[in-house]
Amino acid sequence: MNPALVRLFAASLGRRRLATALALFAIALGVALGLAVQLIHEAALDEFGRGMRELAGEADLQVRSGRVGFDEQLYLTLALRPEIAEASPVLELDARLPGRAGTLRILGIDLFRVAHVQPALMPVADDRDARFAGLQPDTIFLSAAAQDKAMGKGRGVLRVQSGVKVVAFRVAGTVPGAGVGQALGVMDIAAAQEAFGQVGRLTRIDLKLAPGVSREQAVTRLSPLLPAGISLSQPEASGTEAAALSRAYRVNLTMLAAIALLTGGFLVFSTQWLSVVRRRREFALFRALGMNRGTLLRGLLLEGAITGLAGGLAGIALGHLFAALAFRLIGGDLGAGYFEGLRPSLQFSPGVIGFYTALGVAAGIAGAWLPAHDATLMGPASGLKAGAAEAAVLGGMKESRGRGALACFGLGLFACLLPPFGGIPVGGYVAVALALACAVMVLPWATRFSMQVLNVGRGVVWRLAHARLAAAPGQAVVAGAGVVASVALAVSMAIMVSSFRVSVDDWLGTVLPADLYLRASSAGASGFFDADALKLVENTPGVAFIDTVRATEVRLIDGRPPVTLIAREVSRGWGLPLVSGSLSAHQRDDSTGLPPAWLSEAAADMLQLAPGSTLSLPIAGRMNLFRVAGVWRDYARQNGAVVIGRDVYRQLSGDLKVNDVAIRVVAGTSVDEVALALREVFSDDLVDIAMPGEIRKLSLEIFDRTFLVTYLMEAVAIMIGLFGIASTFAALSTARKGEFGMLRHLGMTRAEIGRLIALEGGLTAAVGVGVGVVAGGGIAWILIEVVNRQSFHWSMDIHVPYAGLAAFSLGLVVLAAMVARVAGYRAMRQSAVLAVREDW
Amino acid sequence: MMQRSRHIFATCLFSALCAVNAACHADSDTGVLRGAGPAYPGVVPGETLVFPRDHGAHPDFRTEWWYITGWLRDEADVERGFQLTFFRVRPRIAEGGSSRFSPNQLLLAHAAVADPARWRLLHAERAERSLPPLAGAGEAHTDVRIRDWSLAWSEAPGVAGAYHARVGAGEFAFDLELRPEGAPVLNGQGGYSRKAPDPKHASYYYSRPHLKVSGHLSAGHDAHRVTGAAWLDHEWSSEIMPDDARGWDWIGVNLDDGGALMAFRMRGEKGEPIWSAATLREADGSLRTFQQDEISFVPTREWRSPRSGTVYPVAWSLHLAGAGNAPVRTFRIVPLMDDQELDSRASTGAIYWEGAVRLFDDGTEPQEIGKGYLEMTGYADRLEM
Repeated sequence: MNPALVRLFAASLGRRRLATALALFAIALGVALGLAVQLIHEAALDEFGRGMRELAGEADLQVRSGRVGFDEQLYLTLALRPEIAEASPVLELDARLPGRAGTLRILGIDLFRVAHVQPALMPVADDRDARFAGLQPDTIFLSAAAQDKAMGKGRGVLRVQSGVKVVAFRVAGTVPGAGVGQALGVMDIAAAQEAFGQVGRLTRIDLKLAPGVSREQAVTRLSPLLPAGISLSQPEASGTEAAALSRAYRVNLTMLAAIALLTGGFLVFSTQWLSVVRRRREFALFRALGMNRGTLLRGLLLEGAITGLAGGLAGIALGHLFAALAFRLIGGDLGAGYFEGLRPSLQFSPGVIGFYTALGVAAGIAGAWLPAHDATLMGPASGLKAGAAEAAVLGGMKESRGRGALACFGLGLFACLLPPFGGIPVGGYVAVALALACAVMVLPWATRFSMQVLNVGRGVVWRLAHARLAAAPGQAVVAGAGVVASVALAVSMAIMVSSFRVSVDDWLGTVLPADLYLRASSAGASGFFDADALKLVENTPGVAFIDTVRATEVRLIDGRPPVTLIAREVSRGWGLPLVSGSLSAHQRDDSTGLPPAWLSEAAADMLQLAPGSTLSLPIAGRMNLFRVAGVWRDYARQNGAVVIGRDVYRQLSGDLKVNDVAIRVVAGTSVDEVALALREVFSDDLVDIAMPGEIRKLSLEIFDRTFLVTYLMEAVAIMIGLFGIASTFAALSTARKGEFGMLRHLGMTRAEIGRLIALEGGLTAAVGVGVGVVAGGGIAWILIEVVNRQSFHWSMDIHVPYAGLAAFSLGLVVLAAMVARVAGYRAMRQSAVLAVREDW
Repeated sequence: MMQRSRHIFATCLFSALCAVNAACHADSDTGVLRGAGPAYPGVVPGETLVFPRDHGAHPDFRTEWWYITGWLRDEADVERGFQLTFFRVRPRIAEGGSSRFSPNQLLLAHAAVADPARWRLLHAERAERSLPPLAGAGEAHTDVRIRDWSLAWSEAPGVAGAYHARVGAGEFAFDLELRPEGAPVLNGQGGYSRKAPDPKHASYYYSRPHLKVSGHLSAGHDAHRVTGAAWLDHEWSSEIMPDDARGWDWIGVNLDDGGALMAFRMRGEKGEPIWSAATLREADGSLRTFQQDEISFVPTREWRSPRSGTVYPVAWSLHLAGAGNAPVRTFRIVPLMDDQELDSRASTGAIYWEGAVRLFDDGTEPQEIGKGYLEMTGYADRLEM
């Protein structure tokens, strides 16, 4: 295409700056969001992986378990095996820092072994005469990042939590081999075992193989020696695991980006369609002057591509900005806790930049495709005739789309049935796109149908508006497509978020039945209650009875993140939010005699187990059989959780530690008073004391903050929809100058014409909103039942915010009428005589 | 007496591990450390060594070692020297800890092969905390191991007992049986071996010369069947080093006539002897001990290490006073090869010379009368402990 032609088409974008700018903005937002998520996550994953590699050092294989660890005897067994050249035992802990946010990773190491396998972990003493510093039971060595994180300036003592006590270590030096941003402490393994109540336990063994032994051979020969639940894998596997851990979360954010991009594409579609309609005569002239169809098509696609490219480039810049800001403000974590403590740096990758630019261009071209295609179908002769533009708008959408709508519907239903692909609900996303397409295609039919229903003549203006829409449903498509898309997206998100929020609220009510909760730390960290601490709780005045929760981790499938194992009492009314099965420990149809276990939905999906089946859990190095008694809903642990009876767990594991204590107070006692009494027993820094109301409030606050971005997306979508109405009616008013002039001649006042336009706008929007609400409901169903189920493995009860949706729809129709009225204002100002004459 | 070098080896390995460039201070063990148990027992004269119990470890004492040196001859009559030392250190850390990993006993080992065909030493080292069965030192009889390295006594009814030494390193490996002939030789006053003018600087020390060696040795890609004669020192102490010592010279030689000679001197800041002692077992089994001015070490030839630049007196004359009116006996010490320097500054901080030597008499045409090992420390930088 020669440069003159490029200018010819590109110049058209300049004539509709606002429309182009909005389309550009939507595309830029989509690209930016997607890119930022990818950049942040890749950098964090890179950093994480690098950290893992540094820590694994020259290890060929790693023996790993969850945080619970395994008996140290395994190290002695493996270290003497002929397949092993070097073995290095590690006890890894997340030490809670009293009075500070987050935890510090502490690695208990054997100095003599680390030198051979993980030289990066080698501690270096500051003190010149620090003899045996690395072996002293009271010393720790901190990486530079850990110094920043865990220490006040100029202090030589690190205080960490162990149980419900504080242990202090003298900071004797540094870990220079730890990568930048790796916050970790290194200390002697014996000291770590004793300080954190883990005598006899290890969490990891790094292995270097003897010459001539392959990893596969070693895995084959050594695996039989491993206790149940312990994996032997290559060090890289933990990076893969981390990626799997955060994949669903990333997909969710990327979905938001995709929705923004899709909206951008729709906006390109609607502005481009209008532009094509308006420029029919122009195109007919081009064709008459010898431009062939291909050139016209390419020219129009070029317009879309330019918008897409500009949006893409703006998005690239914005995305890097977002990512850089996120690194500075929240680290590489994206708020989900998977990469807490990492401070990665922004990296520019030409490949990623190219891909996201291409995505923007693709959105632009996709939006421009249909209008461009339609423009080329027009015959030059008919296009040159006066009123051609109007005719095009009037007949724009034909019945042929009806079959398309049916096809989309059918395909969408089918896509919902597909299983997730690599953990990502691809089918669900395809179904969402198909639902949108179907809604747009069904719009002309819906317009005609609703006009038939609304065929109740009243005033002239009503009948005129009604007649026009009934006769020219294509107009509704042009103006309404944007409305349908944005309403559908907004409604679906509103329904999903509302369902989610209500479900979470209900769920919190069920999982937090006690009056008061004590938490020493989460599953992995170093805080816990022992028998003495529990006695103190029980003896606090006002405490009626307590229930304890022990949370640890078990690895059920190699290469997948470990599952949380929760040991607690299930009867006594401390219920579980069951979705299937029963809470009763003894079921009538049970002949197995196995102890019951309740799986969270995520765990049930991962293991593909249903109530009644048998589950084997590795506890204390042995496989133990359980009967799946029920499946429960869990919004807290995305990687899955298994609940078993407390006594069963204690009997199998001998582990008497407790993470959480639920307290019911004596009737008539103030919960606040009991909380105060407990506060005097336990230090503020070491034990969290919370009332269910507070936990619930905090949880919902976090929830709302997380979904804030979806409200923003909804607002953008609505703005885009309204803009579609405005630009359509501006164009239509121009095209219908003659018609309005004629109406003026026939005696209609300007105000009446204004009302006519407003009414048409309102009706168009009403149909669009109606279709959009229905489509949005469908999409919400897909999001809840397919996308969420498949990517997060949690179900929710559908909760439609009817009042909100009704107000929203009504408001949107009124807004659309006003917007149409304002947009059409210019057309009404014109002299009626002039307007009529212009057409002749 | 090798204690200085072995002690330095034991302590400096840790300080190097724990603090690059950190100096070691022998007197820093004041008992104020957390987890430090009872004080180290002193070494006093008059104690009777009881065997086989005293062949085993003495974990209360601060430092202990089993030190084997010897000459091996392979099928092709090629002669090589070998050395294997196991150290046990009680750092007075984490004593009474409940973890099996508690570093209250540390074990280190050091092995070397002097191969004249290579003109240098092959050497390797190991270090672990005591963690049976991976690493440990048994108390009943000699039984020390660090992973696949070990030195252990074994005996069966009807078969004479023997030591077994097993070492595998990248460059070399050996698996040797060492059979003693005769009782241990007690150095000093019945095993109480004084090291300095202050009698508290002393060790319990016995030697087992003329161990009959047979087994396998590989150096590089070559594997050999070997036989030979070796020397075992077993020494334990708590406060062995005086502060003003800079280094020492030590020899242990199996004499061809069946006798055995051990001699050491500790040198002060300027190289002056602070303390000297020797034990000579004659062929007839009679024992003579020498002390202070009854012994003199005279260097006869020096060699400069091309790597460290350190100058070592690699050849010596050793003079022992005669009993009564008997003339002074003179021995000439000649190295198997000059370069038997061990530069392990990167790992242990120590740099010293430890190698195979031949012993000649003082005749006009000197005859070789024995083979053994010579150790010289403190010739490079002044070693801090």
